[in-house]
Amino acid sequence: MKIKLFATLKETAGSGSIEMDVQETMTVAALVEQIGRQFPALKPGLTVSVVSVNRDFADMSTLVGAADEVAFFPPVSGG
Amino acid sequence: MSFINISADGVELSTEEVKRYSRHLILPDVGVEGQKKLKASSVLLIGAGGLGSPLAMYLAAAGVGRIGIVDYDTVDFTNLQRQVLYSTEDVGKTKLEVAAARIKGINPFAQVDTYNEPLTSYNAKKIFAPYDIIIDGTDNFPTRYLVNDASVMLGKPNVYGSIFRFEGQLSVFGMPDGPCYRCLYPEPPPPGLVPSCAEGGVLGVLPGIVGTMQAAEAIKLITGVGTPMTNRLLLFDASEMEFNEMRLRKNPNCVLCGDNPTVTELIDYEVFCGMPAHDHSTYNNGVVEESDIEVRQMSLQTLKSRLDAGEDLLILDVREPHEWEISNLSNHGSFLIPKGKVLERIAELDPNVEMVVQCRTGGRSADVIRQLVPHGFNNLWNLDGGINGWATEIDTSIPTY
Repeated sequence: MKIKLFATLKETAGSGSIEMDVQETMTVAALVEQIGRQFPALKPGLTVSVVSVNRDFADMSTLVGAADEVAFFPPVSGG
Repeated sequence: MSFINISADGVELSTEEVKRYSRHLILPDVGVEGQKKLKASSVLLIGAGGLGSPLAMYLAAAGVGRIGIVDYDTVDFTNLQRQVLYSTEDVGKTKLEVAAARIKGINPFAQVDTYNEPLTSYNAKKIFAPYDIIIDGTDNFPTRYLVNDASVMLGKPNVYGSIFRFEGQLSVFGMPDGPCYRCLYPEPPPPGLVPSCAEGGVLGVLPGIVGTMQAAEAIKLITGVGTPMTNRLLLFDASEMEFNEMRLRKNPNCVLCGDNPTVTELIDYEVFCGMPAHDHSTYNNGVVEESDIEVRQMSLQTLKSRLDAGEDLLILDVREPHEWEISNLSNHGSFLIPKGKVLERIAELDPNVEMVVQCRTGGRSADVIRQLVPHGFNNLWNLDGGINGWATEIDTSIPTY
């Protein structure tokens, strides 16, 4: 599964997207746990981000599978 | 159609105004009726910085009748890279004094209200009350939550824009059928996770792009043209020149605008976010107060005297490598470990050796000291004022940034 990352998450990961091996359908919360195990530095930012699944506003209970496009948008405050 | 209720009844355009706004008047969908609505409308800008600059100038030029601006700051050299309201000669003046003159210069028909004070839970509702639209161009989380909450409580649209390095966000919150900022971000990020423009840098043109998009949304709301950004979040990335959009919806569990709201009065947003809302704030992050770790400050003069006396003091610079390239104390033997790498590279440091920790102004270095003390480091000093202070007071050949 390709996961798109923005702003601070993109900076932390050093890339605008990461690949995760997702075999079966899971909740966004479980996906965040899985990403956090592989990339611990991303965890704090993921948990405060807005999540979109296939460009729709999602939350931690939304179900995702390998074919879905998941993106995380952390809060930014500059002005 | 109209998205918010602005009446143009009784509003007339003078011959001079007809000429000035002719490119709007011949624009289908805006026309005389739309221009009269713009004249009858009032907009409040929170912040006269990177976003506030293009907002103020374009909304004034467009003929918005009344423009309020809240900002307490003075113009600084570091503002000039993106805050196009200000000229080099304005450095040191209050932002609002310059902004008001600039707006009047662009359009003498505009009424300008200036609020030269920090926006707080005590004054927000009073300041917001007379305006049709609130525009969030602030630069910190506590004020963003405050602007959001006050807008929702007063039933006013909040045209939201926010930026980070090369990326920007845009939406319209607080509309009856749409979400608010808290629907997206119920909890603020932990302090230190998201750098500000001052800490993280920002592409100068970025607030120009995002701010003008906010201005476009405000004009659309007033005139009823097109489709507003309600229920949508735009994510713009200037480095890839990519526009991503997400469909939003109201969160029924939102503590502010959901089915069972629990936040019904403005709160203390600095406590909520665990960070100060502005430079003049007396808010002291609770983490510091609760912790028993006292950060010892070393004054710039003390460091200079000790170096002049030939003492072999270790200076740890905890900024980022690109900041080191702008200025550094390597002529005094300083060495670089960025804040985020200090714990990872702790083995390179001797806990028993006296060391001065230094960053840009003294904030990050204090954080690093609080991280190191629990690991047995008991001879650390925080350089009070950081390298910018050193460059201002001790060695003016070093640039400040």
